[in-house]
Amino acid sequence: MITAVRKPFDEIRDLVKGYDRLLILGCGTCVTVCMAGGEKEVGILASTLRLADQKDGRSREITEATIERQCDREFFDAVKEKMAAADAVLSMACGVGAQFCGEVFAGKAVLPALNTKFYGTTEGPGVWSARCSGCGTCVIADFGGICPVTRCSKSLLNGPCGGSSKGKCEVDPANIECGWQLIHDRMKLLGRLADLEAVQPLKDWSTGRDGGPGRIVKEDATL
Amino acid sequence: MSDTQPQGFKAGSNLEKVLAAGHFAVTAELGPPKSADAEAISVKAKFLKGAVDAANITDNQTAIVRVSSIAAGYLALQQGIEPVIQITCRDRNRIAIQSDVLGAYTLGLRNILCLSGDHQKFGNHPTAKNVYDMDSIQLIALLKKMRDEKKFACGDEIRSSKKAPLKEPRIFIGGAENPFGDPLEFRAARLGKKAAAGVDFIQTQCIYDMERFEEWMRQVRNRGLHERVKILAGVTPLKSLGMAKHMRDNVAGLSVPDYWIDRLAKAEDKAAEGIKMCVEQIERLRGIEGVAGVHLMAIEWEDRVPEIVKGAGLLPRPVV
Repeated sequence: MITAVRKPFDEIRDLVKGYDRLLILGCGTCVTVCMAGGEKEVGILASTLRLADQKDGRSREITEATIERQCDREFFDAVKEKMAAADAVLSMACGVGAQFCGEVFAGKAVLPALNTKFYGTTEGPGVWSARCSGCGTCVIADFGGICPVTRCSKSLLNGPCGGSSKGKCEVDPANIECGWQLIHDRMKLLGRLADLEAVQPLKDWSTGRDGGPGRIVKEDATL
Repeated sequence: MSDTQPQGFKAGSNLEKVLAAGHFAVTAELGPPKSADAEAISVKAKFLKGAVDAANITDNQTAIVRVSSIAAGYLALQQGIEPVIQITCRDRNRIAIQSDVLGAYTLGLRNILCLSGDHQKFGNHPTAKNVYDMDSIQLIALLKKMRDEKKFACGDEIRSSKKAPLKEPRIFIGGAENPFGDPLEFRAARLGKKAAAGVDFIQTQCIYDMERFEEWMRQVRNRGLHERVKILAGVTPLKSLGMAKHMRDNVAGLSVPDYWIDRLAKAEDKAAEGIKMCVEQIERLRGIEGVAGVHLMAIEWEDRVPEIVKGAGLLPRPVV
């Protein structure tokens, strides 16, 4: 899923200061799972903002809604009226959803309430971590199913740097596992350690972000 | 500046010739200044002159902005010090790196050490974007391709136009290895990858744990790597008890055994004891089969390098 965290409240408050009719719009997919921008988080943010407005002696109309996905046009129909009544939308979707919201309701101010982080997984209760960087050419088969581009802080393809210690990455030993220790251990488990001795050539980065904004056209699905 | 190299050598650098002749090589490190101070480079170069076969010019080490390694290396060369230009993969992509390799060669620089580079988190611009278009092993392979195949990474021949002659940068290719990093059992294999990629020499992370280093060398010899790659053992003299503890506690993948700490703690003159310990280490390293030289990383202590080299009985340096 795409993971995100909510922006600090003061930053959000600053973003919305010029708007008197605000729609806080949640997203029911990825950011609901990672507890950043689902219905519950919409409710919390709306209440916090109302309290802050009350304290400031400010009257502002705040409405709440959450749709299934903000990255697909069809789900926005459900909030057309609310959208029309608002002068700004505070989107609690990821960067994709927040941008698409602005495309669907062109001319309406759309403000992001979240900071989008990475493509990740739920590691445990309340913990999410990165697994993929969307490089466009998946290489995990060569590394026991673990992505060195994402899980090594330097995206090294040929083995660990000198900063791997006791399974941790020196960049943040408390929070980051050494991706190469993980790869090494997995390959050992698979009986494939010798495969790691092949020198990996330069990677073609043009299939990802470095090739410009991505676009996929699946001919048989187009109209 | 000659653009040809002596027959029979890959690059013809002094370091390559010293190693090829079977001498126990001595390299040191020259850290460029954190300001536009050309004089600081000359001063450090003067300390090292005559005491080393070549000096590594670090590339924004610990991710702190300094004079570029190529510019500092050129200044050092003018002072009579053969530089080993360090290039990290942190700050430049394949376009910039190949351009810099061409540039370094045109300035008469003949040795390049390929490194991943310290993560920017540890430097003075932790909010910077890193590059890592390639890793250190791919950089080694790239330098070899440029030198031996006379081609760029993309496959184009290294010539200015279709009719112009091939003019490839002939570089003596170096790498680094940390015998103490994890996963331990992969460390010798990683050196094997560097050998396969085409590295000519490697310098190790600074060694304090002699037993662990000897174990790593055993693994290296078992793979026959000491016969394919010249291995220079890294040493860093300990200036003080504080530095020893810092190395032990704060540097990832480095172990400083208690016997060194205890000796320093008991010594009256810590600096003198640190130098004495370093000399002893070099003597012991010379006795290990497959160790072709020593790399002295006297951090901001370049002026003491001649004393250490002399103490280890490695002066005068051979003229080859």
